[in-house]
Amino acid sequence: MATRDLPVNPPRTALKNRLKPGDWLFTGIVALAAAVVVIIIIGLFYELTDRAMPSIRAFGLSFIWDTTWDPPKQQFGAGAFIIGTLITAVVALFMATAVGVLVALFLVEVASPRISRPVSYLVELLAAIPSVVYGLWGVFVLGPFIRDQFGPVLVDYLGWIPIFDGTPLITGLFSAIVILSVMILPTVMAVSRDVIAAVPRSQREGILALGATRWEMIRISILPYARSGILGAAVLGLARAVGETLAVTLVIGNRAAIPGTIFDPAYTMASVIANQFAEVENDMHRAALLEVALVLLIMTFLINVAARLLIWRVTRGQRVVVLE
Amino acid sequence: MTAYSAEQWEAGYRRRRAMNRLMTGVMVLATAMAVIPLFLILFYLIRNGIGGINLDLFTQDPNRPGRVGGGVKSALMGSGIMVGLAVAMGVPVAVGCGVFLAEFGQNRAGLVMRFLVDVLAGIPSITVGLFVYGLIVLPQKQFTAFAGAVALAIIFVPIVARITEEMVLLVPRSLREAAYALGAPRWKTVLRVILPTAVPGIVTGVMLALSRIAGEAAPLLFTALGNQFSSTDVFHAMDALPLRIFVYATGPYDYWHEQAWAMSLILVGIILAISLIVRTLFGTRVTVRQ
Repeated sequence: MATRDLPVNPPRTALKNRLKPGDWLFTGIVALAAAVVVIIIIGLFYELTDRAMPSIRAFGLSFIWDTTWDPPKQQFGAGAFIIGTLITAVVALFMATAVGVLVALFLVEVASPRISRPVSYLVELLAAIPSVVYGLWGVFVLGPFIRDQFGPVLVDYLGWIPIFDGTPLITGLFSAIVILSVMILPTVMAVSRDVIAAVPRSQREGILALGATRWEMIRISILPYARSGILGAAVLGLARAVGETLAVTLVIGNRAAIPGTIFDPAYTMASVIANQFAEVENDMHRAALLEVALVLLIMTFLINVAARLLIWRVTRGQRVVVLE
Repeated sequence: MTAYSAEQWEAGYRRRRAMNRLMTGVMVLATAMAVIPLFLILFYLIRNGIGGINLDLFTQDPNRPGRVGGGVKSALMGSGIMVGLAVAMGVPVAVGCGVFLAEFGQNRAGLVMRFLVDVLAGIPSITVGLFVYGLIVLPQKQFTAFAGAVALAIIFVPIVARITEEMVLLVPRSLREAAYALGAPRWKTVLRVILPTAVPGIVTGVMLALSRIAGEAAPLLFTALGNQFSSTDVFHAMDALPLRIFVYATGPYDYWHEQAWAMSLILVGIILAISLIVRTLFGTRVTVRQ
């Protein structure tokens, strides 16, 4: 990592004598630009709360667990969407984290730079593919594969477990989970990689000197040290999975009910908004969808805060840019 | 403590080495699993998309639904206009914010500010779309390309702000000191010495953020809405590539699906080209996730 020099302020005395009007103007302008970001964040919460007010007043807190979603009767509860979101995001997260951390370990601890740099780049390219393209691929390639090949095999072997005893279709929870895992893999991988690379050299050398194998070094000294950072990477992936919209909308099957098996169609918060907002049946429907967006916003906000605090604990002192 | 015989030690060592090899194998396997989806996606994009690319795609507007043929000129133009507008609006704010973080952000206020920028970067794009819907579309009672561009700009700003900050901090201190020594005030030092030095890095960030917003459909769904006619009027509904891919992917017609693949191939081609160019030209490690 390149060393960075923090900007030095001009010497105090010189500053006092020669603070030009231009400096005030300059400070004002860049501070204004920064203020815009603060205003946007406050505006986001305010605007969504304001527009969702009718729904918040009508349904109160029960909106969060009520699973009735009946636009014609103007009865709304986001329970089914919240459950759909949590199932898809959490399961995808476990799969992506398992693979992502192993890849990160391979890149940092095993592979030489000549291998790890291009591989790292290839995995990160997964993050550059737009959500809607993932969706298209999910509907026309992954979906049929799950319905015709992978799904039936899974049902044959695991069908005795109730949640696997379903009918694999092109769209459904399972397709959404697979797509989401691939989509958040680069996030989890890249952040874990940076966190693992930030583990001090002495941690590695100490245990190697005691005769540990490479795996023992990873298990005993690296993983415990990087634990909270890896957790942060996973939580950051979770935030992304929770907010993912179009890919999920295309493959999840869009049904406002609590899924019984992993092949059932479902809804996530983001996908119900994408699917229904353009054709709202009444004002309460619109307000309810805006409240779903508000719940989603608060949820991702809290997850993000948690993730960044965790990552910050490991990489403190070093500057790791995590752009989501 | 138990004393180990040489044989016991040998057996234990073999077991530990086998475990080490096994886990190395698992790591290699995981890495292969992580790389395969990229190639699978690129393979199908090329296989299903290449056939749909022809001159009509670029020069014709979409036909009435159900009539085979036509193109997606409206979407290509719309994406270009809205992304361009978003970049034009976003760059001043993002660079200003980044300079603020780098120049005045080495304190508690800067820490909070940096945190807020990161949080904004993590907000789901669909909620940004709804925010702009409430802010601009509802009061005006009109879906507009301008609203779409604002939504894209909100996604663009935090990415570029953080990269700008990093790039400004990378400028060697000696340059700054040299400018101060010559009597330059701070604003002049930043504008004439620091920023020009950081420009290649900032351009990298802008390019990467641009390729990210070019692929966003969620914030445009309820702001720009989509439009099957080419339009340059930013105060009316406008089409965009990701929007049209979404519509065609969910539609019933085979030629729609073919055009959706073709559009995706074009979009991903542009995005990957930007990523490759930026990487070879600037060799930066900064990456932006969709």
